[in-house]
Amino acid sequence: MTAAATERGTAATPGRRDPQGRGRGIPSHRRGSAWREARPALLFLSPWIVGFVVFTAWPMIYSAYLSLTDYDVINTPEFVGLENYAKLASDEKVLLALGNTALFTLMQVPLYVVVSLLLALLLDRAGRASGFFRTVFFLPKMTPPVAVGVLFLLLFNGQNGLVNTVLGWFGIDGPAWTTDPAWVKPGLVFMSLWTVGASVIILLAALRNVPETLYESARLDGAGFWRSAWSVTLPMISPALFFIIVVNTIAGFQTFDEAYTAFFGAGNTTYSNDAALFYVIYLFQQAFEFLNMGYASALAWLLFAIIMAVTAVQLIVSKRLVYYEGDR
Amino acid sequence: MNRTLRTAGLVGAAAMLLAGCAVGTGGGAGADADYDAEAAVEGELSIMGFSAVDEVAQARIDLAEAELEGVEVELIEGDLDIQQFLSAVATGEPPSLLYADRDQIGSLAARGAVVPLEQCIDGEGIEMDQFVESAVDQVTLEDEVYGIPEFNQVQITMANADLLQAAGVAIEDVNGSDRAAMTEANRKLAKVDGGKVSVIGVDSKLPEFLPLWVAGAGGSPISEDGRTAQLDSPEAIEALTWAVGIYDDQGGFAAVKAFRDSADFFGEGNQFATSTLGAMPMEQWYLNVLNDVSPDAPMAFDSVRGTDGEPIAFAGGSAWAIPSGADNPEAACRWARVMTSLDAWQAAADARLSAREAEGKPFTGILTGNTVADEAIREMVTSGGEPWDSGVTAMYEANDHTVALPANPADAEFEDAMQNAVNSVLNGEATPEEALAEAQETAQQALDEGWAEIDGGGD
Repeated sequence: MTAAATERGTAATPGRRDPQGRGRGIPSHRRGSAWREARPALLFLSPWIVGFVVFTAWPMIYSAYLSLTDYDVINTPEFVGLENYAKLASDEKVLLALGNTALFTLMQVPLYVVVSLLLALLLDRAGRASGFFRTVFFLPKMTPPVAVGVLFLLLFNGQNGLVNTVLGWFGIDGPAWTTDPAWVKPGLVFMSLWTVGASVIILLAALRNVPETLYESARLDGAGFWRSAWSVTLPMISPALFFIIVVNTIAGFQTFDEAYTAFFGAGNTTYSNDAALFYVIYLFQQAFEFLNMGYASALAWLLFAIIMAVTAVQLIVSKRLVYYEGDR
Repeated sequence: MNRTLRTAGLVGAAAMLLAGCAVGTGGGAGADADYDAEAAVEGELSIMGFSAVDEVAQARIDLAEAELEGVEVELIEGDLDIQQFLSAVATGEPPSLLYADRDQIGSLAARGAVVPLEQCIDGEGIEMDQFVESAVDQVTLEDEVYGIPEFNQVQITMANADLLQAAGVAIEDVNGSDRAAMTEANRKLAKVDGGKVSVIGVDSKLPEFLPLWVAGAGGSPISEDGRTAQLDSPEAIEALTWAVGIYDDQGGFAAVKAFRDSADFFGEGNQFATSTLGAMPMEQWYLNVLNDVSPDAPMAFDSVRGTDGEPIAFAGGSAWAIPSGADNPEAACRWARVMTSLDAWQAAADARLSAREAEGKPFTGILTGNTVADEAIREMVTSGGEPWDSGVTAMYEANDHTVALPANPADAEFEDAMQNAVNSVLNGEATPEEALAEAQETAQQALDEGWAEIDGGGD
């Protein structure tokens, strides 16, 4: 049947296709026109739709199914109901990994945002050199995360690392960042600043979009630098800040590459540190080291639920704190 | 009603689709293979986890390819990526042959990912009694052999003779035979100032070498049948307490590790050449590294010894295994047989000897995992003078006294539990008793679950 025939059929039997009568009152020629307009749109969107279905939606549905099974990747999954989810509650490592991940995120996101903002403010005043520095700040983002993990071990080596050497110039005896459980997460937080460039560029764009007229008005009203920053700059760039906070919170909960390389992979094949056992690392271990793919799927869905809940809270809070110019 | 039926239909179809996706391949493959050393083999042979990294590998590959004339060999190079392998298995397209660490074989066998090799061994006439016993134990689960072993890695004691002499200690004081003497030697050798280490006295190489120290005290982290964890045994607690004490006497593991990590391990500035390490147990391959990059380093060598004074080594190595569902098991078995044969090892030794002579360096031997080949190759070893000849002697001595963890269905979980215990002690989070008690519980639970699957015939 051709598309045209389908359209004719739809138009000729509206009652059968739409028993609730939602389509009544819309002239058939307008519906046909809408479909003609929709087709090219769907055609152009189809790569994304296919990609989403194949690489996102389907794996999600499949992992939901696997989370209800005992599956070792090699043999046929065996349905076990909610057993994997019950096991989550009694697994001490889940709590440890969640605690590590939450603490890392709580430390990393604020620091990341503050440093990004400071660098963006500096770049905003850098004049013609800002293009160069923008590139320089972004370059580390291109570094493979595995290399960053190894770099972490070198830079933060407690004995001869560059970080402690610099601290030593100021009379500070740096800690054992890579081995002392109390300093492992702070070390990883500092190392995460390596990739701050992407956020800097987003904030710089937001800063440059603040209309100069608002600053002029503020100055006429007697506002100084700090008052302008608080009452003009921050509200105007709050959508960008909110975006960075949400994205980095999600990234924080999914932290894996650098910590895995440094403490569970190539950097340390046998030595590890419970302080660096982040949630996704534990998930990975269950899936690919212990071959508990069913349990790992349940772990993934728990993380999904937590991220959804945290993001929902952030969205609710954002309604009070984020200013969208278009919403006036 | 129609809507309900439609929804139910969709859910049912999705469930069937989902179940169909994860068919798995465990259990059966290669059962109908016809292994015969005289028969010609053909087709394609995909090999995962093995690389032509050096002349030892290349010489054997050349020989195997000649023996398997007519077979198209595809090497999926690089160390075995277990994710890649599992993905291949899950999609029903496993490689024909797998090259894995021996300690991975037990878990793969327990899950049916690799097939028993009894027919392969019989058909190809592989003489299993030629292989190092501990190596065969590592690939034997429930009396079934699942891998053809090759290579043997053993530890020997390596020390800086100048530092030993300056501290007034002998190599016998740091070879593990007298642990009180080793502790004392460590204190004499180490240089620590203000919490900063400038010379490591003794590196007890935790967490990886705990099994070595346990074996040296006459114990084993796991029972011979691979069913019972023995991580909280008196030998294990004593070994861990002592080995951690070695670090504590130098300001703690954090300080020693930080210093160790800053060393140029593979270069001219290695710890022995720069006289920043007194002694440590280390795998034998490091002997060649040291000889290559710092031939003038003031070295002293001995076996690692148990508290009874006898040499001991905790062996590891690789193995060839045939995945379940492999499409050319006959060629895979032939390849495994040829690669581990005496002829192949002699070809490899010839190639290595030529390469070393061309570089003007001694040939220090190869530990093949095959005792007959080891003896033959030992005859080919060339002298590098002292102290290197003593190192080679220690290596062969260690090779004659190896122990290994037996195959078990939860080797990854077992090793993880053991290393977590050591790490938690090193990080100051638990005492040896507490850490090992927890590890014992975790490891035993994993073993029980793994064995229950096998004993119950679980899929």
